This record gives sequence, C-alpha cells and structure tokens, in this order.
Amino acid sequence: MSPKDVLHVSDLRMEFGGLVAVDGISFMVHPQEIFAIIGPNGAGKTTVFNCVSGFYKPTSGHVSFAGESITGLPSHQVARRGIVRTFQNIRLFKSMTVLENLLVAQHRQVNNNFLSGLFSLPRYRRYEREALDRAMFWLEQLGLGEFANREAGTLAYGHQRRVEIARCMITEPRLLLLDEPAAGLNPQEKLELQHLIDRLRRENHVAVLLIEHDMRLVMDVSDRILVMEYGRPIATDTPKRIQQDERVIKAYLGED
Amino acid sequence: MSHYQNAGQGNIFADSIKHALIAAILTVLMLMPIFALHIEPPRPPETALSLSYEWSFLLYGAAAVFCFQLIRPFLSKGLSGLPRFTTPELTPRHQQLALCLLLLGAFAVLAFGDRAQISIGQLAMIYVILALGLNIVVGFAGLLNLGYAGFYAIGGYTYAVLNIHYGLGFWQSLPIAVVLAAITGLVLGFPVLRLRGDYLAIVTLGFGEIIRLVARNIDFLGGPGGLNGVSKPSVFGYEMALRPSQEGVQTFHQIMGWKFQTIHMQYYLYILGIFFAVCAVLVAIRVSRMPIGRALEAMREDEIACRSLGLNPTALKLIAFTLGAGFAGVAGALFAAKQGSVSPEAFTFLESVLILVAVVVGGMGSLLGVIVGGILIAVLVTTGTGFAEYRMLYFGAILVIMMIWRPQGLLPVGRRQVKVKA
Amino acid sequence: MTDFLSQFFQQLINGLSIGAIYALIAIGYTMVYGIVGMINFAHGEIYMIGAYVGLVVLTAFGAASGLPVPVILGSALLISAAVTGLYGYAVEQVAYKPLRGAPRLVPLISALGVSVFLQNYVALGQGAYDLAVPDILSGTWSFSLGGQFDVTFSYSRMLIIAVTVILMVALTMFIKHSRLGQACRACSQDMSMANLLGIDTNRVISFTFMLGAVLAAVGGVLVGQSTGKINPFIGFIIGMKAFTAAVLGGIGSIPGAMLGGFVLGLVETFAQGYWSSEYKDVISFGLLILVLLFLPTGLLGKSSMEKV
Repeated sequence: MSPKDVLHVSDLRMEFGGLVAVDGISFMVHPQEIFAIIGPNGAGKTTVFNCVSGFYKPTSGHVSFAGESITGLPSHQVARRGIVRTFQNIRLFKSMTVLENLLVAQHRQVNNNFLSGLFSLPRYRRYEREALDRAMFWLEQLGLGEFANREAGTLAYGHQRRVEIARCMITEPRLLLLDEPAAGLNPQEKLELQHLIDRLRRENHVAVLLIEHDMRLVMDVSDRILVMEYGRPIATDTPKRIQQDERVIKAYLGED
Repeated sequence: MSHYQNAGQGNIFADSIKHALIAAILTVLMLMPIFALHIEPPRPPETALSLSYEWSFLLYGAAAVFCFQLIRPFLSKGLSGLPRFTTPELTPRHQQLALCLLLLGAFAVLAFGDRAQISIGQLAMIYVILALGLNIVVGFAGLLNLGYAGFYAIGGYTYAVLNIHYGLGFWQSLPIAVVLAAITGLVLGFPVLRLRGDYLAIVTLGFGEIIRLVARNIDFLGGPGGLNGVSKPSVFGYEMALRPSQEGVQTFHQIMGWKFQTIHMQYYLYILGIFFAVCAVLVAIRVSRMPIGRALEAMREDEIACRSLGLNPTALKLIAFTLGAGFAGVAGALFAAKQGSVSPEAFTFLESVLILVAVVVGGMGSLLGVIVGGILIAVLVTTGTGFAEYRMLYFGAILVIMMIWRPQGLLPVGRRQVKVKA
Repeated sequence: MTDFLSQFFQQLINGLSIGAIYALIAIGYTMVYGIVGMINFAHGEIYMIGAYVGLVVLTAFGAASGLPVPVILGSALLISAAVTGLYGYAVEQVAYKPLRGAPRLVPLISALGVSVFLQNYVALGQGAYDLAVPDILSGTWSFSLGGQFDVTFSYSRMLIIAVTVILMVALTMFIKHSRLGQACRACSQDMSMANLLGIDTNRVISFTFMLGAVLAAVGGVLVGQSTGKINPFIGFIIGMKAFTAAVLGGIGSIPGAMLGGFVLGLVETFAQGYWSSEYKDVISFGLLILVLLFLPTGLLGKSSMEKV
C-alpha cells in the first residue's frame, strides 16, 4: 500500500457467531477524498464502520490508518489517532448543552490538568478559555452559534446532526466517518450538508468516509463509491462509472 | 353512558375487595412462620426447640395490607389528580447558600453543643466525607461500589498501624493513609472497572469483605479485636493533653497558657472533622466542574459516544474510583483518631450500605443532598436506642422506597452548565 | 495411596452435596437474570427464609410428634417451598416490578435494600442468633476403601444430592416441554417480542421469581439438615457463592447454573480440605472475583456483543 493513503482496509471479514456480516471488503481512502459506501439495508455498511472505528474487532483482515495498523485497537485509541465518527441514531449527550458537548470532545485536558484544575491554576483557566473559544469557533463554522447554551436534546433533528459533526471536527480528525448523515433531513438541509462535507474536506483537509442512502447526495459529493451487497463488495469506482455499472444497476439501483 | 360507568365502578369495587382479601391472606401466610410462630431456643438442660405463639402481628399485618390494597386503586387515581409532592429543583446557587448555612450550623453545634452532640458532630463530618467520596463513584461515575467500607478500613488501619507499631502521629500518617487507600482503589479498580455494572457491584462487595476478613486474621492488625490505644492528633506538632507524654516537651495548652479539659480534645477533633469535610466539599465541587466531571457526566449519558471521541471510559472510571477511595482514606484516619481504636467490625458490609443510604437518600450526584444524607445517617446511627435495634430494617426499606418513589433523591441539584454570555 | 483415595472420595461427597445446594440457589439467580436481566441480590435471603420456615415446621411436627421421618421432612420441604415461593412473588411485586425500564443502578440498589431488609426482618421475628436444627435424618453409611479411615456418607448428604438431582431433571423437563416453560424461554430470548406474541410476561416474571424461591427454599431446608444450624445472616455468604456458581456456569443458562454449582462446591471443598479452612470465606470471595474477572461469560454462557 502507498503511505499517502489515509485509510487502507484489506480483506475485511466479520462474523457474528457463524453469521457472516462482512466478507472480502477492501478499499482505501486517499487524503481529502470523499469515499462513500452504499448498498441496500443489511449489506454490512455499518459493520464496516464499526470495524474501522474499533467498536468491533474484525474476524480477519487488516485496517491501517496513515500507514500504521489499527486492526483490533480499542475504539478510543482509534479516535485518538484521528478517526472519529457519527452514528446512525444520533448520539449526543442530550442533557448537556451544545457547548458542553464540544468541550467533552476536547478530552486531552482531562488527564493532563488534574491538579492544576483542582486548584484552578492560571494554566488550567487558560486551557478552559481556549477550549471554549475552539468550541465557539466550530459552532460558528457550522452555523450553530445561537444554540450554544441549549441542551443538545432539545435541538431540531437537523441541528443535532450538525452538532454531532461539529463535535467530531473539534477533535481535529484526519478521517471523518459519517453514518447516514442525511437521514431525516429535508432537501434544503441535505443540500447544506453536501456543501458542508465538501467544505470540511477542502478547508480542514479531512478525508470523509460516508454511508448514505440518498443517491443524489452520494453521487454529487463523493469522489469514489464502494457498493456492497450481502456483506460483499460489488464494485468500487467513481460515481459516474458506478451509475453505469451493470452489476450495480442490477443489484441496487435497478430495484427502485 | 352513566349506566356503564356505574357498572364499571361496581366491578372495580368488588375486584379490589377480592384482591385485598387475597393479599391479606398471603400476608398472613408469609408473616406466620416469621412472626407468629416463634422458635424458642432450648433452655438447658432441654435440647429440643419449641414454639411460642404471637398472633397479634398477623392481625395487624393482614389488616394493614388489606386496607392498603383496598384503597390503592382509589389512591393512585386520587393522587394522580393532585400535584405530586416535589421539592423545588435546586439550582447550584441554592446549593451554595445551603452549604453556607450548613457550615454555620456546624459551628453552632461547636459553640452550643454538649459532649454528646459534639461526638455526633464528629461522626457526622466523617460520614459527610464518606458520602461525598462515594458520591464521586456512584453519583458522578455511575458505578455501584459496595465495598466502600473496605477503603474506609484501609484509612483507619493505616493510621492505627503507623501509630501503634511505628509511633507516627496523625499528621504524618494521614497522607500515607490517603495515598494507600487511593492506591488500593487504583489497583482494585484496574481489573474490575471493565466489568458490567452489576458485576462490579458484587466484585467490590467481595473486595470489601476480603479486606475485613484479612484484617480479622492477621495478628499484626490486631485480629478480631482490632488495634487499641491510637493516639489523638497533635496541634501544629504540640500534643493536646494535660501533661506531655515525653519529658521536656510542652503541650499545646501549656504554650497557650490554657487550662486543659478533656472536652477540648473533642472540640479539636470536631474542628478537624469540619475542616476535612469542607476540604472534601471543595474538592468535590471542583471535580464536578472540571473536564473530568464533564467527561464522567458524558460517560453516564452515552459511553459509546465517549469512546468514539477518544475518551477512555476505563481510565475515567479509574480516576473516579481512586478519588473516592482517597476520600475514604481521610475518613478512616479521622475515625481511628476519634475512636482511639479500629476493629474489623467497624468496617462491615453494613457500613458500606449505610454510606450508600446517605448518598441515595440525599440524591446521587447532588453534593448538597449527600452532605445532608451523611449528617442524617450519623444522627440516626447514634441517637435513639429504640431505633438502633431496627435501623438496618429501616435502612433496607428506605433504599427500596427511594428507588421506587424518588430515585433522584430528596435534594437533587441541577448541574451547573457551562454557558457562554450572549 | 488408599488413604489418599479415601480422603479424595470423602471430599468428593462433601463437595457434591454442598455443590448441590449452590446449584439449587444458582438456578434462581440465573433464571431471573435470563428473563429480567437483573441480579436479584435478595435471593440469598430468600434461601435463608426457606431455612427458617423449614425449621418452624420441623419444630412444630418435631420428633416428639411421632410422625415418620419422611412425612416430617416432606411437609417441611413442601410448606417451606410454598411460603418461600410467596416471598419470591412478593419481593418481585413490591421491589422490582415498579422499576422495570429504570436505569440499571436503580433495581440493583432496590435489590440490595430488600436483602438488608429481609435479613433484619427475620432477625426481628426469630432472633439474631444461631438456632440448632434438630437432626431428623441422623445416620451415615460408611464404607472402606482399604485405608486407615472410612469414607462416610451421611443420609442427609445423600438426601441433598438425590433431591437436587430429581428437581433438576424435573425443572429441565418442565422448561423444555410445558407451556409456561416455553413461555419462559421465549421471554429470555426477547421479552418485548414474547409480549407481542401474547405471552403474559408479567406472569412469566412472577413465576420465575417464585420458582427460584421454591428451589432456594428446598436448598435452605436441606442445608439446615446438613450443617446443623441457621441464623438470619446465612443468606449473605451462600447467596454470594451461589451467584458465583451462576456466573461460573454462564449466567442465564440453567444447565450452566447446575454445572457451576457442582464445580464450585468441589473446588471449595478441595481447597479447604487441602489448604486452609481459616480463610474459607476469603477463598470463596477470591474465587468469585477471579471468575468475574477472567470468566465473565462462564463455562456455558454465550458472549454477547454490544450493539453500536
């Protein structure tokens, strides 16, 4: 593999007690690339996500990130290396404010500053100030500034999705995993999301791995697409060619 | 329309009488072998057991259950119409005010209390520290630690051993006691914190018991009788006593030119208790506002989301667990100083339950709540001889009732949220 | 060599009989866990109540009554099982049923409260002291393996093993073939699905608690015959051990609880016999911790993956 790939997944296989959920999945994500995984429900897309982000330990196969193997690493270590994700069913800290959601994500202070925090030393206060500023910066970036003080659970669905992305971005990831980010959004919001993903890639230099059912969004925003069915890969190619691929049309697009 | 309603009500009434009757009969059956048929142990030279009979309990019990079951349907219907009893949601500002008032109250006891009240005060401060410590584990981190008395024991035994076997004083022993309790927390926590919540509860219970059983069986720790003759803390290095225990050294009172009375030692221990309790409150407040406090809250809400952001749940829990153990270390050393002795029986599982009751009644996660809970426990444990006999019965029932009726405790305090100014 | 063999057999018999008791109680833990997903902390106390009810019956129908031994023992077992079953039912109704769907910590604390309450409730009613259980089934069967001492097999131990084995066979048949047993299995697979299919889940849950209590009561009556004394606090330690057995076997699995009970009984007896009896409870708690740490899914349990 070439070291310039951000993510390299090879021959991934995941079994759940005899049931094969994912088999023979290989792909790589280049820097600043937007790479989408599509496929019918139950095709194993989220399982691939869970293997990449460390929530599942793959039965076999390899996952490496920036040239280093991360196969089987616990999820929090994967995240610390620069892969963060969102969830199909939004997982915000609902009773905390939006601002606090973003503060929690800046965890590196948790361990470093225990004593200075206990005595509220200037060093600690500076860190807190900076964390707040960063949080506000990202909220403004995503147009969420006015909601900073609201409890996250009280926000509209579309805004919650954005908070989740902001919470990821504040950790300064190199690879962002978005699990059906457009689900439940209206057409206007979908368009905004599309611009947002594109902007994050251009301005913040993240690569994006995307699971999405909305074909329009996927085709417009992705650089390349992996199509899965029954846990197996069907094709990996650019949106244009995927749309013309016989197997894909038969297996997936043709069903509409 | 009204016809139907009447028929319905008639049925409900007949049904509830039937239910109440069944419940009463079952109650009689359950109570009979425990309360009505009392097994008399044989009086020597006899060897056989015999039964004595006491029927009144059955009658009361059955009547109570019958009445309760009878009015229950109406009760729940009637009550649902009424506004439910709630204490107003307390904000962090209320909490600050209440804490100041409590501190004033503590000094009022110092100024006006007699020897017995001072003694209760000392115990109250110890329980406040324990409750605050357990609250970090149960309330902040959401981990049920049922072996908390074990860490309390380590604090107490550390001071007792260092004092009796090595001649160290309170102030020298205290940091060692705290560190040792915390390290034990760290070492025990490391393997167990990956376990599920209910397993964790039982493993900690097991650890707590092991610590006590080991203390019972080691002569160095005094065996079942424990260690006696632990000395009292000094004041800035000067002994507080009528006469110095060594030649050529002055006591605190000689320096100050005061006349020594034994109650002065009690005052001093109480002041120390207040001091450490205030420290514990301050630390707990800081922890709740620091990133670790936020992270723990986030972890209680959604551990998976935390992991996806790079937070290590095990490490977070470990910090909380260790911190809680450290609090227990302080409380243990204070307890040994107050009693002048430690014994395995002071640190049983029931002690862990008592501390848990303080936390649960006050409100898991609420500083004000657990402080009040701690004080309440100390008062209940020391006063009322009639109460003492049944107190564990009550405490058990309180845990159940609180969980059903008010799992958030009597004095829940909303967390102070971080906000930006508009 | 023959001495070693005799000793070994003796330990085996002792271990099996105490293991049988653990197995009986462990089934209660495991069934409740399988269906409601909670650890019934108070189960050890249910066992203790079973022992007390049994002793009340034994005292009432005591040796002086002149009734034949099987009648006395049989009625003690039956009455104790019935009354203790009621306790199992009542505990579930009062302390757990209102808490379904609450956060995990909540029923756990409630269960702890029930446990503390029941201990002191019995202490209040019957006194917080040891009571000697009359030895109804005295007598032993000894045999020699050729060594210096004989292997003794008391009738009470035989009874424990026999009754346990019979109950386990009956329970297995019941769970496999009866309607209620099938409903139990359905509920432990998927409670809400079972509910949708018209199974009265409340009834199944009540039944599970009662069944667990009945088995624990049998254990309580029998162990009184074997150890000779009871007090209101015996439930705590035995409850812990039976819980260990349930985890060891794989919590949620009924055959696992049976296996775990026997394995634990044997390990404990041999550890005490060949090592130290002073640290008896330390060994038990240590074993509990080791099992939970290193074998949390147990011998026959399935590991489950958390859903993300």
